[in-house]
This record gives sequence, C-alpha cells and structure tokens, in this order.
Amino acid sequence: MATVAAQGTMTAPRASARVARTFGRWRLPAFTIVAIGYLLIPIVVMIIFSFNDYAGKFNYIWNGFTLKAWEAPLAWPGLPEAIRVSLTIAALSTLFSTILGTMIGLALSRYRFRGRGAINALIFLPMASPEIVLGASLLTLFINIGLGSGVLPPGLALLPKNALSLGFTTVLIAHIMFNISYVVVTVKARVAGFDRRLEEAAMDLGANEWTTFWRVTFPLIFPGIMAAAMLAFSLSIDDFVITNFVSGTTNTFPIWVYGVIRNALPAQINVIGSIVFLTAVIGVAVTTIRQGRAPQLAR
Amino acid sequence: MTALQASPPRPSSLRRWLSLLGPYLLLAPGLIWLVYFFVWPAAQMFLMAVSSGSLDNGFKLTWTLTPLHDALFNFPTQWSHSLLYGAISTSLDFLIGFPVAYTIAFRGGRYKNLLLFLVIAPFFTSFLIRTISWQILLGDEGPILSFLKHTLGVVPEEFSILYSPFAVIAGLTYNFLPFMILPLYVALEKIDPALLEASGDLYGGRWQTFRKVTFPLALPGVFAGTILTFIPTMGDYVNAELLGSPQTRMIGNVIQGRFLQTNDYPIASALSFVLMAGILLAVFIYARALGTEDLTG
Repeated sequence: MATVAAQGTMTAPRASARVARTFGRWRLPAFTIVAIGYLLIPIVVMIIFSFNDYAGKFNYIWNGFTLKAWEAPLAWPGLPEAIRVSLTIAALSTLFSTILGTMIGLALSRYRFRGRGAINALIFLPMASPEIVLGASLLTLFINIGLGSGVLPPGLALLPKNALSLGFTTVLIAHIMFNISYVVVTVKARVAGFDRRLEEAAMDLGANEWTTFWRVTFPLIFPGIMAAAMLAFSLSIDDFVITNFVSGTTNTFPIWVYGVIRNALPAQINVIGSIVFLTAVIGVAVTTIRQGRAPQLAR
Repeated sequence: MTALQASPPRPSSLRRWLSLLGPYLLLAPGLIWLVYFFVWPAAQMFLMAVSSGSLDNGFKLTWTLTPLHDALFNFPTQWSHSLLYGAISTSLDFLIGFPVAYTIAFRGGRYKNLLLFLVIAPFFTSFLIRTISWQILLGDEGPILSFLKHTLGVVPEEFSILYSPFAVIAGLTYNFLPFMILPLYVALEKIDPALLEASGDLYGGRWQTFRKVTFPLALPGVFAGTILTFIPTMGDYVNAELLGSPQTRMIGNVIQGRFLQTNDYPIASALSFVLMAGILLAVFIYARALGTEDLTG
C-alpha cells in the first residue's frame, strides 16, 4: 500500500490520496469478511458434499449431483442407534448439569461465604484443562473401579465392580461433569445483571422467600438458564475427545463417525451434519427474533 | 444475603438454619459431582503415573518415577510437535482474530450481532465433520488443488498438502479461531471510544493510539484468547490424526494411543500429568508476564 500511495503522490496527489483513504477504510472490513469466509468454508463444503454422487466408498471427490443421501439419511449400519444415544445423553446431561450448575451459579452470585475463591477456581479448572486430560483422568477412575484398585472416592468403592464399566453411564457422568462449569459461568453472568430491588419489593408485598424465588427471581433469570442449557446441549452432542476415552463400545454420533471413516466416508455424515447445522441456525434465529420483540424485564 | 435479611422478621430457628446453610445446600450436589468426577480422577491419574503393573496383573502404587521420567524424555518429537504446532496456530489465530474482533467491536454497527453469529457458526457443526471437510478441501484431487493443478496448471501434479504438517496446522488454526476472536471481542467492546478520541485529541497518531491505548486495554482479552486457543491445540490429537501422518504425531496422539490401544496406563497418565502441569505452569508465567493474574479467578 505504501508504494501505491507514494507513486500516486507524484502523478495525481488528490485522486490517489482518496484511493488510499478508501482502501484504508475498507481494509479491515474486507479482511473480516475474508476471515469469516474462511470460518464458513468447511460448512459450505459439508452441505455441498451431502449432495455428492460420489464413486466408491469415500465421499472425497465431487462426481455429480444426487439426492440419494438425503432420501435415506439414516441408511448406514449403527447410525440410527448412535443418533439415539447422542440425543439421549445430550438431553439427560443438559437436564442434570443445568440443575446442578444453576444452583452453584445462584450460590456464588448471591451469597458471600468462606471458600468462595476456591470454588470459583474449581469451576474454572475443568474449562482450562485440555479435554484429553479430563477424558484420561476419568478413564483412570473407571479402570480403578473395574479393577478394584486405587483409592476410590467414598461410596464408589461400595459399587459392584461392573457398575461403572465403560458405556452409556460413564459417558453421561463425563458429560454432566464438563457441562457444569459452562452452566455456572452462563447463569452467573445473568444473575450479575439482576436488580435485587425487585425481590425486596416482592417481600415488602408479603411474599416469602420461596414464593419470591419462583414468582420473581426464577422468571427473570430463566433466559440465562435457557442459554446455559442450550450451550450444554450443544457441547454434549458435539463432544468427541472426552467421550472417546470413556465410551467403551457405546457409540455416540461423533464416536460412530470416527469409527466409520476408517473404512468409508458416507454422505449421510454430511446430511446429518447439515440437518444439525440448519436446526441450530433456525433455533438461534427464532430465539433472537422473539427476544427482540419481548419487553426487556431484566434491567 | 441481603434478600434474606430484608425478609419480614419471623423468628423461626429452622428458617435461620436454612438461610445460614443456604449457599452450602445449593453448592453441595454440583460440587460433589466435580470432586468425584474431576478432582478425584485427576488425583488418581497422578497416582497412576507413579504406579507400576499391567492391565492383566493390576496396578500397584510403587511411587516409581520411571513413567514420569519416560514421559518427559522419551517423546521429544511428539512434545516438540505439540509445542510448535500449538505456538504457530495460536499465533496465526491471533493475527487473524485481532483485526476481526477489532472490526466487529468498533466498526460492526448494526451488523455486530450477525457478524458474531457468523464467527460462532462453526460451533453448530461437529468438530469432527469440520475436520473431515478440510480433508475434502485439502485433498490431492480436492477443490483447491485440482483447480491449481488442472485448471491453472501452476502446481506440479504430485504436489500434496494433506498429511503434511501444514495441513495439521491449518486444521488447528481453523478449529480454534473462534476461541480467539470471542474473548478479544469482549475485551475490545468494553473500551470506551471516548478514550480513543482523547488519545487523538492529545496528538496521538493512529498507530500510537493503538499501541498505547487500545492494545493495553485489550490485554485481558489477549490473555484469555491465547490460553483458550493454546490449551486445546496442545492437547489435540484429532487434527494430527485426520489431516496428518505418523510423522506429524503430537503428544495427544501418544496419550490417546497408550490409553486406548496399548493400555499402558502408567506412562499414559504420566504424559497427561506432565501436559496438564506444563500448561498450568505456562499459564501462570504468562499471566505474570502480562500482568493479568487477577483475571483468572
């Protein structure tokens, strides 16, 4: 750019200055658009290749348009079961982690008590650990339970040895664990922007704590809880690394994909991916539009 | 606390106890879960790293240092791959992410929310599927290379990107870019534009304003963004597995293989322990260096 501007000053100073200024002004937005394009390319590829009439078993090279995969989106051994497991685990882990995390979030943002700093650190650590470490350490725990070795946490030693053998339950335990921190952080952010005088007003009008909580506090922090639940659901349904360590022979959708791509790359993977993506986009769009219309109660 | 104090004074000892215990009752179930399934397993992983034995004969806590020693010294290639790929892709993410976050924060206008939505859009597809898309894109006969080879003819026929370190770094850079952009955006968005104007009024040039005002104020975001990008890249093994080759294996691949294929738990635990300890130490030093240590709590 410097050379362009320098050459310009010699021949036509005003025009080139304008060009340089316009270029300078659009440089950042242009860069941003290119960067966002970079972020979206793989999604576009995923959607386009769901329509690929590929030759052989691997959907790597474009070979013409077809609707075959969209007409039979579940037609691959193990796929329907993997999706069912993924949805069940996502729903259950969202439910439990949202309840547990919301309780912690409320306690941390409304009360002052001993050990608050330590608890904040405990919430922060799972988010700051590489997933592989979380998965590996959980696997160590489950192996020790299975072998009856190591020092087990109180109560778990009483379980029969095969109670926590790798599978559905261990995946669910892991997903609840890594979701809790994200729920706590999201709920805390919502409670922080909350006007406490609304609760005091309710109590002045004779409501007790219980009624005040359910009639005033809860409805006001509900959007935060919903946001946390949506985050938990999407983290759970997409998790691969931690699940891979503790799933044993149980397949969630990502684990199934990882197993199947060694021998084939069916377009059904792209179809399911596209359906999930479009559902999420429509979900976000609808919530945004509805929130835009609803009166802002929180402030 | 204030809410409970403000309640009409009805002396009931049960109620007093509840309000005293309130926070602990709320905290207990979730914290017990985290202690059982995060803290305890982490401690057990450390104990496994100083144990000896095998899956068939069981593991005994012998306080041996052999696994930790092996973890530190027997995998120089994989450790250096993790560090190198992690550092390169985190730097690339910063170079791409900062201008993007800056533009959205200061120039986004009414498109701010749309742009942010587009930044997080990749999260609506599976991490694995996005990486598979990069396999398609970077393949020898994929859209990019076949265009360069056959349409333009500027690249030799045998040229290949997939299964090289470049592909692994490209995948890592791509997958963790939103983790860089979002914290940077949050930090930049908080900056009062009046401060930037003030700098201009005091004859600070655009570059000076950026260096002396904008960037220092964005440091918390730089800190959060770089650790949120660097930590997952250091531990990643999916990109190296799908986009790389045996020559590009990272430490995550070794941990994964030892845990899930060869069942060599003491050494695998030692490797994860060293990875975790190294990351915590690096984050601590980095926080001291940037002067943002109060931000992690």
